[in-house]
Amino acid sequence: MLYALLCYGDENVIASWSAEQDRAVMAHHMGVERALAAEGKMGPVVRLMFTTSATTVRGGREPLVIDGPFAETKEQLLGFYVVECASLDEAIGIASQLLHGSGTLEIRPIRYFSDLSNPRLQARHQRGDPRLSEDG
Amino acid sequence: MTDIGWINAALTAARPQVIAALLRYFRDLDTAEEAFQEASLRALSHWATNGPPRDPAAWLIFVARNFAVDEVRRNKRLERLPDEAVLSDTDDAETSLAERLDNAHYRDDILRLLFICCHPDLPATQQIALALRVVSGLTVPEIARAFLVSEAAMEQRITRAKRRIAAAQVPFEAPGPAERQARLNTVAAMIYLLFNEGYSASGGDVHVRIPLCEEAIRLARLLLRLFPSEPEIMGLTALLLLQHARAAARLDANGAIVLLEDQDRRLWNRELIAEGLVLVEKALRHWRPGPYQVQAAIAAVHSRAEKAQDTDWAEIERLYSVLERLQPSPVVTLNRAVAVSKVRGPEAALALVEPLAQPLGNYFHFYGVRGALLAQLGRRTEARADFDRAIALARTAQEAAHIRANIDRLLKDSEERAVT
Repeated sequence: MLYALLCYGDENVIASWSAEQDRAVMAHHMGVERALAAEGKMGPVVRLMFTTSATTVRGGREPLVIDGPFAETKEQLLGFYVVECASLDEAIGIASQLLHGSGTLEIRPIRYFSDLSNPRLQARHQRGDPRLSEDG
Repeated sequence: MTDIGWINAALTAARPQVIAALLRYFRDLDTAEEAFQEASLRALSHWATNGPPRDPAAWLIFVARNFAVDEVRRNKRLERLPDEAVLSDTDDAETSLAERLDNAHYRDDILRLLFICCHPDLPATQQIALALRVVSGLTVPEIARAFLVSEAAMEQRITRAKRRIAAAQVPFEAPGPAERQARLNTVAAMIYLLFNEGYSASGGDVHVRIPLCEEAIRLARLLLRLFPSEPEIMGLTALLLLQHARAAARLDANGAIVLLEDQDRRLWNRELIAEGLVLVEKALRHWRPGPYQVQAAIAAVHSRAEKAQDTDWAEIERLYSVLERLQPSPVVTLNRAVAVSKVRGPEAALALVEPLAQPLGNYFHFYGVRGALLAQLGRRTEARADFDRAIALARTAQEAAHIRANIDRLLKDSEERAVT
């Protein structure tokens, strides 16, 4: 079964982390990520920008464009993993490994998965090293 | 990350909301700060053993409010203090009550707190110091270090600022739309000032001031979270992110300023740039341009150029003329002149710069820019005079060193000409 592990946390707190704290969290996540990749269980991994950078488009006769995330909540969706696990127990185990200090993970089994992404995207958006320009 | 590290980050994050709510209850900054301090101490022991509450801010507001109420009662000698057990029994039902009470006021509370700190009665340096102390929770020694003054002097500055705002009596009713907009503008200006204090380093070691830039960014993000559809707040946040992204490239190993065109762009922080570019794009979609948005758009043009020679100077000149219309100032015209020199050459730029001699007669950058233009035109004696004047006006060793490098180039240039 493929699972999405959705990472939630309070952005106010994350914005208050020191650079060292942020690096420590990322280093921890990348460590787990590499171990899972070595086992061949790793799918895409995404860390999202703050919800202040989000835009919401709501359907209707004319789509309505709204600044900000869809849901105003205490905790925000920060990013997600896609991992392959034999059981929910294993997914819970991986989620527990990923947790570092605060934060919450939601485990959502995946119904449909497709990855037709261009390898160029991967090369450009490696964590901590997104390339400069968006095109070309 | 250690538990204490996490708890400290959570306390820092919750601080503006908690202090702001306490200020509404008690209408006194010292009471609010003291109660927050007490609640934080309890959080350190309580959260470390029992785990963090779902909503740290609500927990802190509840505990701090109880503490402050008890303090008031104790001072009036009406009732005894409750024992520790009562407070540590703060359960979810109570915190959710506190949460309901506070969410409705959340936005205006924080805005009021920020606004009080930048009350027009306070000089700019006091505004920033007060915001750092009250909103950000930096300690007096930390703030004193950043401003390069003694702790006693900073303590006094903050005390004086608090006395002034207590006398100024900012109203506690929810503000109307016009008043809210005015407060927002004032607060944005204070955050910009705070950032510039860290960025331009008016004297002293630049490195100690980076925390000021980071704190300004944190406050800008907080403000944007409260007002997610305000294009000028998007612009402000983007501007700070895009400028701060260059921090690592701005000084060389000896601490000398590296000009934008000479910076090693590989040292720029790509994550901050990406976030800044997103915010500029979002802001401009509103078609309500303002000075922060335009300045952010200018910073964005620089950020998009992989090499200095790729810079779209025509676009920058266009943006500076928009800024000149929105916010006419000789400094903006001076900046536009720099762009003009890249697009149409030093002669055209000099024509723009000459009339600024009067208003900018004491401005370091004026002589730096005019000197450079004159040097490009081969008018070396005049250039030298401008560079000398710039050195006399420099506020930091780095600024002076940068101009001295210009003079050296000028001298080398004339020597080479003398030889040939």
